[in-house]
Amino acid sequence: MITFDRVSKRYPEGHEALSEVSFTIDSDELVFLTGHSGAGKSTLLKLIMLMERPSRGQVLVNGQNLKSMPASRIPQLRRDIGVVFQNHQLLFDRSIYDNVALPLEIAGYQRREVGRRVRAALDKVGLLAREKDIPITLSGGEQQRVGIARAVVNKPRIILADEPTGNLDPALSAEIMQLFEQFNQVGVTVLIASHDLSLISRMQHRIMTLREGRMITGASDV
Amino acid sequence: MQRGSAKGASQSRTNWADVLRAWLLHHRSSASDSLRRLIANRISSLMTWLVIGIALAMPVGMGVALDNLRNVGSSLDNPAQLSLFLRPELSTEAAEQVMQSLENRVDISSARLVSREAALEEFQQLSGFGDVLQNLDDNPLPNLIIVTPSVTRLDAEQAEVLRNALQELPAVDRAVLDMAWVQRLNALMLLSQRMVMAMGLLLALGVLLVIGNTIRLAIENRRDEIIIVKLVGGSDAFVRRPFLYTGVWYGLGGAAVAWLVISTTLWWLERPLAALALVYQSGFRVEGLGFAGGLQLLLLGAVLGLLGAWMTVGRHLSAIQPR
Repeated sequence: MITFDRVSKRYPEGHEALSEVSFTIDSDELVFLTGHSGAGKSTLLKLIMLMERPSRGQVLVNGQNLKSMPASRIPQLRRDIGVVFQNHQLLFDRSIYDNVALPLEIAGYQRREVGRRVRAALDKVGLLAREKDIPITLSGGEQQRVGIARAVVNKPRIILADEPTGNLDPALSAEIMQLFEQFNQVGVTVLIASHDLSLISRMQHRIMTLREGRMITGASDV
Repeated sequence: MQRGSAKGASQSRTNWADVLRAWLLHHRSSASDSLRRLIANRISSLMTWLVIGIALAMPVGMGVALDNLRNVGSSLDNPAQLSLFLRPELSTEAAEQVMQSLENRVDISSARLVSREAALEEFQQLSGFGDVLQNLDDNPLPNLIIVTPSVTRLDAEQAEVLRNALQELPAVDRAVLDMAWVQRLNALMLLSQRMVMAMGLLLALGVLLVIGNTIRLAIENRRDEIIIVKLVGGSDAFVRRPFLYTGVWYGLGGAAVAWLVISTTLWWLERPLAALALVYQSGFRVEGLGFAGGLQLLLLGAVLGLLGAWMTVGRHLSAIQPR
């Protein structure tokens, strides 16, 4: 589902964020990506979203080589990837319902279908009762769950999460991780960047470790 | 949409009818949403509308004034008259016969004789040289026939042809065309028209800049939203659309203000202008913008708004990328 083939990313200012990174994630996998801050976790996720393009090497997502993908096709790629951010990236000027509905609006779903899917997603993260509230009234953990609902509402085949439990206490973090596991169980590919080793090592999933831009463990799931 | 396998069939499937429906849906929601935002920011939107309205009202209003002036030019009676100075030796009786024969011509609608006696009398009264003139043995003035052509709006060429024909008559010493003032008016009108056009272009540019700058601020205010929309798969067109509609609303609103300004001004000027026209014994009436003209003005505003938004949006949206 996601394949990196000797991918390097050097930023214009000369800093090499990733060096010769190769790995494959299959379509039914949940994989953790760990490493110190600055090890290249975020860069790796950005390459999958085409927020950045690699300096060398190839990235394949969903069978498509991103190298040859023109900018006009990027929106289509992103509609198939649900993203969860550490800082949620919610819009505070609109309701929780409208936040979650955004990807469906973009994809052009009819209103009734939007309602059905948004409520299903909010139900999944346990926030159905709060759909009319605005995000500012929610706790950090609840805001993160809204972010997750938005990431899954369009039923993407891939979910990427960048430090989704960064600001949460251990109990809430475990809850969030369980949500990701549930999505993985219905066939969604999940890649979670996290430096919370104590949490992720307890879960039975592959862990890829980056150090100074190089993949040092977990490149293959053998 | 390309799918390598049938595996994702339950996901975002796309066919053309759906794409079209989604497109229409988003146009509608962009249009209503952007209008709602403008109305929510009542004061600043009103300011922008007023600025655009005034900028549009100036050249369009002056255009209306020019059109009216042209109407004045053509509605004044006898825009082109010919003065036929008859040979001095011709008697007044003979001059009357000439006048009769002129009136029978098809290319002349009327002819009026100013006899040399009448002319002298008028000259004595008006010139202040009465005493001097009374001492003259002989009346130095010729008989004069003022001719009005039957074609009401002669162009310069036709008038010249008629003048030459009348000049050939044996009784006529000199035929003079009183068209100089019409030509002067036309030249002035042409000049003013050019000036109004130049001013209009400058002010249209101003409108583009005002709308562009307003849209730029709107884009800055919604930067976070744009980034998130791009992250979850919003295309450039999707992001652009609400801002383009914002531009259209600004332009339309501004044009409506301009229409109102012009109509009010004309209504305000109507009575004094009518009084003025009465003094000149002219049937002149003020012509407003009219309904069609108003619609054209609205269309112009909408197009300017769209254009201004387009220029800005293209430049600023591509600079906002998720990082």
